[in-house]
Amino acid sequence: MDIPYTSTPRPDTGLFNAKVGIWLFLASEVMLFGALFSSYILLRVGAAPGDWPHGLLNVWLGMTNTIVLIVSSITVVMAWASLKMKDFGRFRRYQSVTLVCALCFLGIKSYEYHDKFTHYEVQLNDGVTVQVKDESGATKAVQLPTKGVLDGHILENDADKMVIHGEIVDKAAQAQVTHAWQESKIPEMEITVKKADVKYMENYGPWHNTYTAIYFTLTGLHALHVIGGSIVIFFIWGPLAGMWKTDPERYTNRVEVSGLFWHFVDLVWIFLFPVLYLL
Amino acid sequence: MSDHDNAHDIQKSVKRYLFVFYALIAGTILTVMASRLPIESVAVTVAIALLIACVKGFLVAGYFMHLISEKKMIYGILIATVFFFAGLMFLTVWSMDHNSLIHMSTNVP
Repeated sequence: MDIPYTSTPRPDTGLFNAKVGIWLFLASEVMLFGALFSSYILLRVGAAPGDWPHGLLNVWLGMTNTIVLIVSSITVVMAWASLKMKDFGRFRRYQSVTLVCALCFLGIKSYEYHDKFTHYEVQLNDGVTVQVKDESGATKAVQLPTKGVLDGHILENDADKMVIHGEIVDKAAQAQVTHAWQESKIPEMEITVKKADVKYMENYGPWHNTYTAIYFTLTGLHALHVIGGSIVIFFIWGPLAGMWKTDPERYTNRVEVSGLFWHFVDLVWIFLFPVLYLL
Repeated sequence: MSDHDNAHDIQKSVKRYLFVFYALIAGTILTVMASRLPIESVAVTVAIALLIACVKGFLVAGYFMHLISEKKMIYGILIATVFFFAGLMFLTVWSMDHNSLIHMSTNVP
C-alpha cells in the first residue's frame, strides 16, 4: 500500500507529508537553539566586568562565513526554482555551489576553532620580567606586576623559554572594555618569557571560560546542522538524482524540504554572528 | 514554498530572491559597520545589532522559506513555536530580575 500525500498535497491542509514534518522539526529546533540563546543571555548578563571577552573572534572571518551562508541560501532556493521550471541541469549547478559553500563555511569554522585551540592565556609568577618586541622591532625588558598575565598565540616553544605574539593583559583596562571595537585598539607584540616564570597556562578551548563554553556549544551545534544539511543535499543531488525521471514531483518536494532546513541553518547563523562576534 | 507555482510565477519570484539576496549582503555589511561605531551604550549596540538581524531573519523566513504565502497549518505550528519561544525568553529575563518571586527568600536562621 502506498503512503498517501507523499508528493501530492492533502486536500484539507494543502500540504504534503514531508512539509508538515519539516516544519514540526524546525519548531523543535527553534526551542533547542532558543534554550542555548537563553543560556548565553544568562551567562553574559551574569559575567563580572572584564570577565566577558570582547574582540576574541575575527570579525572578518565571521562576516565572510555569513556571506558564504547567504550565497548558499540563494543557490538552494534557485535550485528549487530551477526544478519547478523543469531545468534539472541548472538545479545541479546551483546545488553544487551550495555544497561548495557548505565546505567553505566548515573550512573557515575549522580554522577559527584551530585558532582558539592555539590561543593561550599565560599566568605568570609574581614580579616576572619579560622581553617585549613591539611593532617597530625595538626590544625592551618589562617587569610585570603581581599576577601578570599574557594573552596570545605561541610563536616559539623551546625547552626553557617561549615567544608569544599577543599582549600583556591589563586587568583594570580590560574591565573597562564593553565593546569589540575598544578591544581591537590594544596593540599586539612579541613577548619572550622563561618557562620557569609560567605559573599556569591554558588555551581558549570550551573549558577556558563561560564565553568559550557557550561559543563552542552554539557554533558546534550549528556546524553539526551544516554537516547534516550538506549530507542530505548531497544525497538528493547525487545518489537520489534518478528520482527526477521516475517521480519529479516528489523529487522537487524533497529538494524543497531540504532547502527549508538549510534556510533555517542560515537563519540561526544570522543571529549567532552579531551575538558572538560583534557584541 | 507554495505548492501550485507555475513556471511564470517562479520566474517572477526569482527576481525577488535576488533582491532579498542583495539586501541580506547589505544587511551583513551594515551590521559590521554599525558594530564599529563608537557607541558607548551597550543596550543601544545590542538593539541595533538585533534589529538588523531580525530584518535579515524576516527576509530569509519570509521570502526564501516562503512564509509570507504559506498554508494556515504552517502558521499554526509557528504561532505555537513563537508562544513557547517568547515564554522561554520571558522566563530568562524574569529570572535576571532580583526582585522577582523566584529570588525572594525568607530569613533563614
